[in-house]
Amino acid sequence: MTQLRVSNLHVELSGQNIVKDISIDVSLGQWVCIIGPNGAGKSSLLKALAGIVPSTGDLFIDDINLRDLSHRDRACWIAYVAQDPVMPAGMRVFDYVLLGRTAHLKLLATESPRDLEIAHYVISELDLTEFIDRDVATLSGGERQRVAIARALTQASPIVLLDEPTTALDVGYQQEVLELIDRLRKELKIAVISTMHDLTVSGLYPDSLLLLANGEVVESGTASQVLTAENIAKHYGANVRIIADVSGPIVIPEKNSN
Amino acid sequence: MRTATARTIPNWAWALSAVAVLITLTIGVSIGAVTIAPNVVWSEISNQLFGNSTLGTTSNTTIIWQLRLPRVLLAFVVGSMLASAGCAYQGTFRNPLADPYLLGVSAGAGLGATIAIFYGTGTSKFLLPIAAFAGALGAVLLTYSLGRSAIAGRSSTALVLAGVAVASLLTAIQTLLQQQNTDKIREIYAWVLGRLSTSGWQDLVVITPYVTVCILVLLRYRRVLDVFAVGDEEALTMGLPVGRARGAIIVAASLGTAAAVSVTGLIGFVGIIVPHILRLIVGNSYRILLPLSIIYGGIFLVFADVLARTILAPQEISIGVVTALLGAPFFLFVLGSSKNGSVT
Repeated sequence: MTQLRVSNLHVELSGQNIVKDISIDVSLGQWVCIIGPNGAGKSSLLKALAGIVPSTGDLFIDDINLRDLSHRDRACWIAYVAQDPVMPAGMRVFDYVLLGRTAHLKLLATESPRDLEIAHYVISELDLTEFIDRDVATLSGGERQRVAIARALTQASPIVLLDEPTTALDVGYQQEVLELIDRLRKELKIAVISTMHDLTVSGLYPDSLLLLANGEVVESGTASQVLTAENIAKHYGANVRIIADVSGPIVIPEKNSN
Repeated sequence: MRTATARTIPNWAWALSAVAVLITLTIGVSIGAVTIAPNVVWSEISNQLFGNSTLGTTSNTTIIWQLRLPRVLLAFVVGSMLASAGCAYQGTFRNPLADPYLLGVSAGAGLGATIAIFYGTGTSKFLLPIAAFAGALGAVLLTYSLGRSAIAGRSSTALVLAGVAVASLLTAIQTLLQQQNTDKIREIYAWVLGRLSTSGWQDLVVITPYVTVCILVLLRYRRVLDVFAVGDEEALTMGLPVGRARGAIIVAASLGTAAAVSVTGLIGFVGIIVPHILRLIVGNSYRILLPLSIIYGGIFLVFADVLARTILAPQEISIGVVTALLGAPFFLFVLGSSKNGSVT
């Protein structure tokens, strides 16, 4: 079974160790979520996997060494959705989604009918058909995120990295986007690695959690293993109460003062 | 299900553009010290082209064939190049204010050409563009690296400020060279202001191969210019070799600019005015903007040249003065409407 294997990953930016000695294994269809306090190195870790910040350590997909691949070949394996994807003013949703085919095109080629077909397929699967002529810069937060995910899926890469896909969204959009990701990774057998801010939500959909603090993995496992009051107190400095629910642990911040 | 296709220019727009080009060329050739009726223009041209010289050579033949037509075509080719170079710089730098003149590319080309004129021994006319190109490429790389490292980050204005600084420096060096070679100063001064010469077909013949190749290369990158719109990081994760693509675009745009500048001198703002007006009409996709910039850049400069020839007739103004008079206020308008650091 195809597997992304990351071992001993280090990221150093301007002399600082941002990510230290991280190892992750993710299989297709699996969703791994990275949580951790601000500045823990979550985004840097995803960017290192996406190849846009320099890193050291092993990055393999089965026997393929990602470090031997060009950006284009790497993009055929790994797609990345930034925390706040750039939505160029004046670009139609369809044109934006079509950008996802870049990795499959020769540098100076233009899209074939098949590329257009793939973009249309993804757009209809994600219920974005009514938006195809809209200017991406005019979309709401939830629409943007769905359009950005559509662009990543058009890239047809088996591994998708999502940096805080729901941070800017209200609870309705948040649910919609997370349900979408969950459905797609199961249907299309995509490995998802995401970062997430909301602890309770991070326990709902992903298969496993990695808790990052100061660039290191300090806890990992299922939501009920990682999301404990002790772990959160220790690494976030927060006083929380955990309620075990059938869908996952619910994290409630405690009011300290009276 | 609704379907959409990738952005292309509709056939009617091509047809409209072709008509606009023909009308522009006709007007350009007709108007001047002696006005020649459009039908006479076309019959003279077809006589020359198809060898039907039974009408004999008239003074009109000489005016059209030796003076007006080469000049109008030169204006068209140079306008096409400057507008498409501006358009390409805007795309790859994600900066609506990018223009060969404002990035210092033209000044760099000017310095290169000046050095070649002064110190080159028996410099061939065909080598002048190469000296100009070296200057142009050096200038754009200097501007880009200064603009990137500016405290303000990579905002639109930082890049243009860097361009202005580089242009000033290079122009100062050029002036210094001029003062040491005062015998050629009148020639150089006319050149700095930008002019379309009346020296028959030679200039056109010199630059057309360079400009054609550069424009064809830029056209091949029109889809890539759209990918640049999402920024370097995301473009890399989509599989675009950002550095290599940007390098190729800069080289092509700078070489073409240098070729144009080496025969016409400094003509500014064409690269901002034309693509920006087109943006307002057809949107921001370079698949459409770039081909249209080539066509309408040419049309624009032919009309600017007609103005330069007629406003103070029988005196002629430098065409660079005309484009600056039109372009500088326009630049302020674009500057005002683009938020600091915004894209496209």
